[in-house]
Amino acid sequence: MTEYFLIIISVVFVNNIVLTKILGLCPFMGVSKKLDTSVSMSAATAFVLTIGSITSWLINYFLLVPYNLEYLRTISFIVVIAAVVQFTEMVMEKNYPYLYRVLGIFLPLITTNCAVLGIPLLNAQLSHNLLEAAIFGLGGALGFSFVLILFASLREKFEGANTPQAMKGSAIAMLTAGLMSLSFMGFIGLDRL
Amino acid sequence: MIAAILIILSITAFIGLVLGYASIKLKTDGDPIIDRIDKILPQTQCGQCGYPGCKPYATAIANGEADINQCPPGGDDGVHKLADLLGVEYKPLNAEHGETKPKSIAIIDESTCIGCTLCIQACPVDAIIGAAKQMHTIVEKECTGCELCLPPCPVDCIEMVEIPETTDNWKWKYPIHPIKQQH
Repeated sequence: MTEYFLIIISVVFVNNIVLTKILGLCPFMGVSKKLDTSVSMSAATAFVLTIGSITSWLINYFLLVPYNLEYLRTISFIVVIAAVVQFTEMVMEKNYPYLYRVLGIFLPLITTNCAVLGIPLLNAQLSHNLLEAAIFGLGGALGFSFVLILFASLREKFEGANTPQAMKGSAIAMLTAGLMSLSFMGFIGLDRL
Repeated sequence: MIAAILIILSITAFIGLVLGYASIKLKTDGDPIIDRIDKILPQTQCGQCGYPGCKPYATAIANGEADINQCPPGGDDGVHKLADLLGVEYKPLNAEHGETKPKSIAIIDESTCIGCTLCIQACPVDAIIGAAKQMHTIVEKECTGCELCLPPCPVDCIEMVEIPETTDNWKWKYPIHPIKQQH
């Protein structure tokens, strides 16, 4: 039990996928202008990451490893995750219109962003078992949501703040992202109990 | 080598089959986003946006062909709602498409009307009744105030009348808070 808890703590704070691993920066900068879109984005990412890490673990364990085909990981993970997301999107549109309305456009957007591909690859690298892989995926999504929502709230504050002319818009956002990444360095060592 | 090709082929073939089957089986009719945009638009069918009506404009917005700030009857409020729905930045109304006017309806001066039926053909919502050489009149309940009947009238007998605020149509105003710092 402790090790699963440690996986979550480690992937949310210490090895945060955005701020430490520098993956998934496009949604981090792109969808963080408004708080409510960033919440939808986080939910969609959580969904895709968990599903993605489970399916790609299955592909890796049952198809690639037995035939020594680990070099096909990247391409097969991309294909499988994209297909699973596409399929769930169709099912959702048909059966759960409300959920589809909330996640809707964000699902295809993040089909294979670098975070979504990065987590399954890390899973394979760290040779996690199925449950660990699922928890790692969910934790990665939690970490992503955590920093995305923090960052979006900060950026909403900047809208009203008295920022110097040259720093307005993206410039101050980039600086803030850097400072956030710096402050997350402070969590190093938290996962070594 | 053979195993690699076979495995990739079988993965993609399986995925292709499943997705193909799903796209037939799970088909949904219509694009819900167009209907939701259409619901926000004021349904005046006035054509000020450059499209023949509200639904075509909604389709154009959904396809990314039109901007969200081309609907004067919808006003600032409408642009805000569209921006919220589509997750894009609010932008002020485009002045090229006209400006927001208070809600009004057309009234035909019945003694001047010559019964030419030109305004009946222009009305997008069939709110004008009348026949050739008979006096026309406007069904006030149906009129959207689009002003499309004004230009064709040869004797200028149609007039836009503002709807006064009465206890029947009054509603709470949305609270407005200035968020940006005032300089």
